[in-house]
Amino acid sequence: MSKHASYWKANLRLVFGCLVVWFLASFVFGILLAEPLNSIRLGGYKLGFWFSQQGSIYTFVALTFFYAWRANKLDHEFGVRED
Amino acid sequence: MDLQTLTYIVVGATFALYIGIAIWARAKSTSDFYVAGKGVPPVLNGMATAADWMSAASFISMAGLIAFYGYGGSVFLMGWTGGYVLLAMLLAPYLRKYGKFTVPEFIGDRYYGKSARILAVICLIIASITYVIGQMKGIGVAFSRFLETDYDTGLYIGMGIVFIYAVMGGMKGITYTQIAQYCVLIFAYTVPAVFISMHLTGNPIPQLGLGSTMSDGSGMFLLDKLDATMKDLGFGTYTDKERLSTFNMFVYTMSLMIGTAGLPHVIMRFFTVPKVRDARASAGWALVFIALLYTVAPAVGAMARLNLMETIHPTSGPNAGQWVEVDQRPQWFKNWEKTGLLKFEDKNGDGRIQYVADKEKNEMVKVDRDIMVLANPEIAKLPNWVVALVVAGGLAAALSTAAGLLLAIASSISHDLLKGVFVPNISEKGELLASRFAMAGAIAAAGYLGLHPPDFAAGTVALAFGLAASSIFPALMMGIFSKKMNKQGAMAGMLVGIGITLFYVFQHKGIFFIADWKYLQSWGSNWFMGVEPNAFGAIGAVFNFVTAFIVAKLTAPPPEHIQHMVEHIRVPVGAGEATGH
Repeated sequence: MSKHASYWKANLRLVFGCLVVWFLASFVFGILLAEPLNSIRLGGYKLGFWFSQQGSIYTFVALTFFYAWRANKLDHEFGVRED
Repeated sequence: MDLQTLTYIVVGATFALYIGIAIWARAKSTSDFYVAGKGVPPVLNGMATAADWMSAASFISMAGLIAFYGYGGSVFLMGWTGGYVLLAMLLAPYLRKYGKFTVPEFIGDRYYGKSARILAVICLIIASITYVIGQMKGIGVAFSRFLETDYDTGLYIGMGIVFIYAVMGGMKGITYTQIAQYCVLIFAYTVPAVFISMHLTGNPIPQLGLGSTMSDGSGMFLLDKLDATMKDLGFGTYTDKERLSTFNMFVYTMSLMIGTAGLPHVIMRFFTVPKVRDARASAGWALVFIALLYTVAPAVGAMARLNLMETIHPTSGPNAGQWVEVDQRPQWFKNWEKTGLLKFEDKNGDGRIQYVADKEKNEMVKVDRDIMVLANPEIAKLPNWVVALVVAGGLAAALSTAAGLLLAIASSISHDLLKGVFVPNISEKGELLASRFAMAGAIAAAGYLGLHPPDFAAGTVALAFGLAASSIFPALMMGIFSKKMNKQGAMAGMLVGIGITLFYVFQHKGIFFIADWKYLQSWGSNWFMGVEPNAFGAIGAVFNFVTAFIVAKLTAPPPEHIQHMVEHIRVPVGAGEATGH
């Protein structure tokens, strides 16, 4: 397999992993499982409600930076950096 | 000093600042006009993107909708932030690598033909105009309150200001102006939230205040108190009331997320950064600056609702348990009545205002959701300068986005349609002139439709996202992630996606959002699995993907050089500067 093809494969693996976290923090914890999670409390917040109005957003921020960091590292490992 | 004078001073000062910056950095060539030079570092680009992105929908409208939808309002919070994750990982780096100015340019090259480019332009214009209608609603609300006039007059004045503002600068002016606008809007949004959170819970950080106990000595959590108050008056509990259904919330959120990743004025931002890795970081920084507002918004919504209820039906103090008397209603209430956006009707003639869920008995006959954020500091009895600041912030949010969108519309028409397709040898001057005419036309159309907008500002903007989600996002995704996707497939997908979404939206809201032009009324509302039209974009996107793959299977694969182009954009190495053609 060529260098570019294996870089692309590694990149897709990274993106897929990040998308799993993205989906869990919003759609699963914030919507699909919000009702059962609401029986757990986080201070004055019900947990499902907290995920949908706070937690998901914090997760997204962390995730985007994590992805940028990992993707830059991949560029380096596979020698496909711009400079 | 009275409120109106103060508002004039604060709004005037911020406008002078933006215009000053715009003149200082005025666009000198078409390249400057569309994408600010190459020298914008990721943090500043992120800040400008955040200002571009957070519009009247985020600033003026969203917290008001959350105040009334409660948990159901989460769709906006998750949808309008989660889209950046998609943008950062699925689109931004590759489109930056590709290195052209506009989204239709990419689609035209990737799907080898002018027809694909024209179709993309049409989809973008439909989505962008809808988006600007939402901005016009917000601007109309802000101006009507600020000038103490009715909504329509406020809107006309707003249209004039948007026109002057957008025509003056190009992207270059706008980038630096937008950084200033971000600072104004985030300050204006946070200051009242801090005051109110402090007052209600003793915690100055709104994100924490929302999860704290009330400082009124009851020891109750704020959200529990809100739940109890709402339940008493028949509104349903705040923290678990869904928007229509779980499925509707799911597709609504999805629609806003993929719409974010399909909107031209946001994607364009990532063409301006120097390197592919800067495109990745820019998305992250943009999200940080957006999250600052988006994590405060739920606190603003919940606290505004609580304060509104307390004003009309106090639970403590000398009038505890009594509805407010008509002639005791506060000044802010009377001020908003002048705009026509707040109305009560003493149905039972007892000289008091009842506010309950039961439509027969409810006397708050009109509470426009879009007034909540602007009215919030007045309801909480904050000093006048805070109120003036919020008006200035709301206008900054609306103007920055309207300008960015109008620029995207203008560049679609002048750059993609005229220069790219119909008049390839148009002069730079001619192109700039055409783009200014396009802006004026877009403002007039959006302003006219803004007189009777299809929904509250955030709802209207959600419709725009649905249209982008159903047409542009799938075409971009498949263009990058599928080498085999061909012209026929992508075009059929876009047509079916936006066609089916427009069919559903227009059936509910009227053709081109003109309420008299509704059709098939007998089918009822939300007939597709209970999905509301604002949320339909995700369904349209599914139709888009499925159609595209079926058609691509049945037709010839894309030529060899296109497949090479796809391989080329997937790796960062060898990215040059963005160029037009």
